[in-house]
Amino acid sequence: MSDTVLSVRGAGKFFPGVKALEDVDFDLERGEIHALLGENGAGKSTLIKVITGVHPRDAGTVSLEGQEIHPQHPGDAQELGISTVYQEVNLVPTLSVAENLMLERQTRKFGLISWKKTEADAKTALEILGLEIDVNRPLGSYSVAIQQLVAIARAVALDAKVLILDEPTASLDGEEIKTLFRIMGELRDKGLGIVFVTHFLDQVYAVTDRITVLRNGRLVGTFVTKELAQIDLINHMLGRELAEVSAHRHQDEGSYDGPARQIQIKNLGKKRVLEPVSLDLKAGEIVGLAGLLGSGRTELAELVFGTQKADSGLVFLDGEPVMLRSPRHAIRAGFGLCPEDRKQDGIVAELSVRENIVLALQGRRGWLRPIPRAEQQKFADDMIKALGIATPDSEKPVGQLSGGNQQKVILARWLVSKPILLILDEPTRGIDVGAHADIIKLIKELCDEGLALLVASSELEEIVAFADRVAVMRDREKVSELVGADITQNSIIEAIAR
Amino acid sequence: MKINERFYPILATLAVLVLLYGYGIVEHRAFSDTYVLGALLTDNAFLIITAVGMTFVILSGGIDLSVGSMIAFIGVLMAELVTGFGMHPVTAAVVAMIVGSAFGAFMGVIIAKFDIQPFIITLAGMFFLRGMCFLINLDSVPIDHPFVSAFSGFKIQLPGRGWLTASALLMLATVIGGVVIAHFTRFGRNVYAIGGDRHSAELLGVPVHSTIIRVYTLSGFFSALSGVVFAFYTASAYPLAAVGVELDAIAAVVIGGTLLTGGMGFVLGTFFGGIIMGVIQTLIAFDGSLNSWWTKIMIGALLFGFIVLQRLITRSFSGMRAGAT
Repeated sequence: MSDTVLSVRGAGKFFPGVKALEDVDFDLERGEIHALLGENGAGKSTLIKVITGVHPRDAGTVSLEGQEIHPQHPGDAQELGISTVYQEVNLVPTLSVAENLMLERQTRKFGLISWKKTEADAKTALEILGLEIDVNRPLGSYSVAIQQLVAIARAVALDAKVLILDEPTASLDGEEIKTLFRIMGELRDKGLGIVFVTHFLDQVYAVTDRITVLRNGRLVGTFVTKELAQIDLINHMLGRELAEVSAHRHQDEGSYDGPARQIQIKNLGKKRVLEPVSLDLKAGEIVGLAGLLGSGRTELAELVFGTQKADSGLVFLDGEPVMLRSPRHAIRAGFGLCPEDRKQDGIVAELSVRENIVLALQGRRGWLRPIPRAEQQKFADDMIKALGIATPDSEKPVGQLSGGNQQKVILARWLVSKPILLILDEPTRGIDVGAHADIIKLIKELCDEGLALLVASSELEEIVAFADRVAVMRDREKVSELVGADITQNSIIEAIAR
Repeated sequence: MKINERFYPILATLAVLVLLYGYGIVEHRAFSDTYVLGALLTDNAFLIITAVGMTFVILSGGIDLSVGSMIAFIGVLMAELVTGFGMHPVTAAVVAMIVGSAFGAFMGVIIAKFDIQPFIITLAGMFFLRGMCFLINLDSVPIDHPFVSAFSGFKIQLPGRGWLTASALLMLATVIGGVVIAHFTRFGRNVYAIGGDRHSAELLGVPVHSTIIRVYTLSGFFSALSGVVFAFYTASAYPLAAVGVELDAIAAVVIGGTLLTGGMGFVLGTFFGGIIMGVIQTLIAFDGSLNSWWTKIMIGALLFGFIVLQRLITRSFSGMRAGAT
């Protein structure tokens, strides 16, 4: 007795040179949480965009409660009862929290908005998530995690029949994720159909009832979560055996025997941002930065790269102090940073893959010595091949690639400039299993080539898998440093909790 | 209670206004009389009416350079309708405002549907309308009609020596209308949303295209109304009138605390911004020893200050996308 609320049949979407979606069937039932999984570029985002009307579909049908629908834009889909929460917070930072929640749905009296009622409604919507904040302040004055919760509250507050969550947990910490899962469970029990896109497989097993896997824009299959072993799931997603990623420590110290470049961070800190931190790195070594959201991971990375100006401490390269007044200085010194927020700080979405890749190298050479076009082309083509960037050619604007591929482009940008120290802030955030493995493999290879790597990550498994040393951060302070065999998930958690 | 950061710019605007006006009262006795206030409201009426429309455009993240030419064009058009076709000035005003709104809508359609920079389209509009003025009339012509004399003669006595003119009353009504549209209609809130983050607004279900078209229609409407007020007030039309008023209007909006990149600001702030510009002008006129160009220098300095202030406020926002339009 199926009770299908949303049904997709033979959906197809073609972009110039790419079949983003081809002949995909998808069924969502009332009262289920349905995981939508797949690698980068598998077509998850495209399928969602086709359902919600961001992209018109080129083939197939989408039916809601048996009725074929043709939403022209997300507003249409919302009115029909399909709400979406996107991976990156898609709210308006300059509007108040209440307005973000109630936009286009404000209560009106005599044609004019009643702010009292609208604010009360906003508060009610937040209460469901147990969130108590001043709804009159601009959304942008709150942390990304709270912004994401507001986005979810908005979607839930709409009288939705279908709720699509596109990587909603990417910027939430453990407690917030638990809250979200509790809310998802409650909504399911109320009869909502929930589509849950994530790349955390443990989350898939924690909350979902069924799983649909896509690969290369095609449907692999729909499975009942309980009956699908994790290893089989990964096989379906990758279509190949996953290379042993986790539980494989980076033991091969000494595989790099080039010049032993030393980077010493001494008492680097900034008032109200980070307590002074000292940390040594050397070529051929991966140092992990562990800690919860807001523990100071990102802040340390930004201080070392000069994005934020430190007001105490120094960074030494081979014993010489490095001036770090701005990222330009850091780049000149041979430092690179792959930031946490790709969309905002990393890529230049309008520029092509090639232009993005040569950006840092060009910056280091100075604008007076342009890189010949042929050389640029060679860099770009080499990197596209070496990192496996999925793009039809090097001239495609980076904004049109999937998240994982954008991350690879940023990595490529630094690699062509041959840095001494590369700082990766959440390098695998919002990236799915296959690309995840690729990027971790890349990180290890880079290290073997003599790079010093500082990797901030909230995924402990990941840190345990590759770090030679781990600095544990808590409350904007370094609280512990673990080396070698001491690095286990438990020891890190203990250090954070202590 | 912590003051909401959205109010910082308008509080700064108010502080500047109080300081300047206070200085005026201390230095010149006339400032404490309603005479100066009445004159400020009348002399800046057409500028503030235009600036109210401009506020919506800037809030949406756009710009409208055509408003100055629109004022002149509407004046010339009305003169032709009244003296050439013998139309009643009120009918002529209605026709003129329909023409103005339609032209604004036309620019809005091009901006929205073809996704073109509003700067370019409204620049084209600015040249087009200015040229159209000369097509109708080459010289300054009087608009002679009993109604026009009645309009410019209409006065409400204020306590003291001041009075409120019809222009000032129309302007105040426009400001109130603007506040209501901006803060109490969904259209108004959608304008803020688009200016704050257009992409997100679209995903939140805001009808971006139709909202943008309506924004430029509204700007066309208000600048046409301003043209009507200007024509009635001066009882004449001149093809070279109101040159550069678009820039004054933008300055009034920014000094009024509206974010030049859109998404934050208040129509009431624009009113204060326009009055501040008037106060500066009056202070310099009263002083007598200063060249009138000091008005521009003061306004320029204020603009620098306000733009930096806005930057400081928005920089504290997390998740604020750089270059979001």
